[in-house]
Amino acid sequence: MLTRFFFDLRTAGVPVTVTEFLTLLEGLKERLVWISAKDFYYFARVCLVKDERHYDRFDRVFAATFEGAERLFAKLLAEVPADWLKALAERTLTDEEKERIESLGGWEQLMETLRARLREQQERHEGGNKWIGTAGTSPFGAQGFNPEGIRIGQGKSRNRRAAKVWDAREYRNFDDTVELGTRNMKLALRRLRRFAREGAADQLDLDGTISATARNAGLLDLKLVPERRNAVKVLLFLDVGGSMDGHIRVCEELFSAARGELKHLEHFYFHNFPYERLWKDNRRRHSQTTPTVSVLRTYSKDYRAIFVGDATMSPWEITQPGGSIEHWNAEAGAVWMQRLTAVFPRLVWLNPEPRERWDYTPSVRITRELIGERMFPLTLEGLDAAMRELKRPLARSASALSATAPDEPQPAAP
Amino acid sequence: MTEARFAGTDEYIATDDLMMAVNAAITLARPLLIKGEPGTGKTQLAQEIAGALNRPLYEWHIKSTSKAQQGLYEYDAVSRLRDSQLGDPRVHDIANYIVKGKLWEAFESDVQPVLLIDEIDKADIEFPNDLLRELDRMEFYVYETRQLVRARHRPIIVITSNNEKELPDAFLRRCFFHYIRFPDEETMTRIVDVHYPGLRKDLLAEALTAFFKLREAPGLRKKPSTSELLDWVKLLVAEQIPPEALRTDDPKKVLPPLYGALLKNEQDVHLFEQIAFLHRRGR
Repeated sequence: MLTRFFFDLRTAGVPVTVTEFLTLLEGLKERLVWISAKDFYYFARVCLVKDERHYDRFDRVFAATFEGAERLFAKLLAEVPADWLKALAERTLTDEEKERIESLGGWEQLMETLRARLREQQERHEGGNKWIGTAGTSPFGAQGFNPEGIRIGQGKSRNRRAAKVWDAREYRNFDDTVELGTRNMKLALRRLRRFAREGAADQLDLDGTISATARNAGLLDLKLVPERRNAVKVLLFLDVGGSMDGHIRVCEELFSAARGELKHLEHFYFHNFPYERLWKDNRRRHSQTTPTVSVLRTYSKDYRAIFVGDATMSPWEITQPGGSIEHWNAEAGAVWMQRLTAVFPRLVWLNPEPRERWDYTPSVRITRELIGERMFPLTLEGLDAAMRELKRPLARSASALSATAPDEPQPAAP
Repeated sequence: MTEARFAGTDEYIATDDLMMAVNAAITLARPLLIKGEPGTGKTQLAQEIAGALNRPLYEWHIKSTSKAQQGLYEYDAVSRLRDSQLGDPRVHDIANYIVKGKLWEAFESDVQPVLLIDEIDKADIEFPNDLLRELDRMEFYVYETRQLVRARHRPIIVITSNNEKELPDAFLRRCFFHYIRFPDEETMTRIVDVHYPGLRKDLLAEALTAFFKLREAPGLRKKPSTSELLDWVKLLVAEQIPPEALRTDDPKKVLPPLYGALLKNEQDVHLFEQIAFLHRRGR
């Protein structure tokens, strides 16, 4: 039974190893756990899970294995959507709307459709277990904000809208567990680690000391040098949702690689193009946003900015105020991009689309113009070139900074 | 088996899962890695274990410049060089210039000690990897004196991390892991009770409500934690603030009194003032 539990954990994406499993058995032999199931749960978790991000997956597998319940995924499919939808509906729909739903075939049918959609989506995504992992931390997380949910009751083209509710879950936080295949990326990102000597002189410079002592006729003359430290700071801006869905895997790999390599790394998400708001947590993208202005103020120009996005959209999403497909933006995306390039002179855009296709998309052309042709494909080669670009000294861009210093942008009135 | 078991102390409320983690780490002699929000008592845990089990505590606080070697020993070559110039006889024995680190001290303890490695994520990425063998086998080799140092009793090792860096897998595999969740209201009541036993019930209830409300506000940069709550309650008692003043229904007072103890960041204070302003305009 325990062995099956072990393999179920691995299938669900909790990285357990044999050593840890043996430790669990050792603990059981030592009578750490008596008859209490709760104790066993706590102990198993202490042994097998090494990261709080995996707690949720572990809980699910544990429940599935030890309650003798049905298989994990089947259970989830059957239960979560119904609860979720009902709770949502109770809260947001007016009586009138509820009546209209009745007239359209009733709740049962609506939910059946939704369930089918969900299953479809599961199958389309090979990373189904991961999806459960991240979404699972708060199955109702999307509930609070999802505007599509309200629209279910509004009549027109019901199926499509309902599908959108679930699609919204694809805006999941990037799981940075994609480890295999990132070795190459790590190699390229390592170029970013520019070793600069900075900080207090606290290391003995042996060669310097020897030569200085020799010069001093044998009397000791200590020489100290500052320690080597990794001084590279990076701001990462990631495009989520929309046309980027196909590229999410590639981005995840990059993201996962970046985590391990840099000392200062901040990330922000945007959708299609950066406007006045960015967000750090995808699950709360509607409630917890960061004004772009404050990003501009908080991080200084020694941060290197890396954008990851396919820059594929309709051109007016960049050039026109109000062009965003999600909200009304008072100022055009291009204006915001100019501000960003002014504050972060060392900036690159990584595009997961193959370079050959760039010329056919007007929005890619506009973006490239905006950022001064610093767009690179998301391949090893492209990364290499991008890192070289980021390492360039600031001489050229310094003048650009003073020329287009950002005015105090007025935040849009609510 | 004369086994020590940890069950929290008078000063420290440990939840069931935390107790299990600590006891498992003690019994199976594995290092215990503790993560959790700042201010949830990670560092204090080691002190409390040492206190409860009556064991000596060795604290090794990690900085960004810390090297694994410093925990074992350091060879003070500079003083030896200087002594050689002054003709000091000590210079002939290299052992005089080996400075013991915290790990060595813990290894030499007569009873099983508690060793705290605090904020391991502050150090360089390679730091945990450099300690693998030492934590596994509880021994290391001093090359200068050709001496093998072995632990007389395997120390109870508590390692804390603030999640600033990912820790290497090989290291994680050797540890037990526990994530201290932020306490719920019930646990929090017990925690405050333990620290301020004479507190009036109504004041405590109001303070906790205000506190959790504050934590839920969107966009806070630094959410107030347990230690901040304790400070705040202390202030409330010292200033004799009546419980009624904590009720946050009043739109003009979105910020609770003495908020400086809870909000440590001027952006957060500003955010709250903005909310207060919007409230007022809405009326």
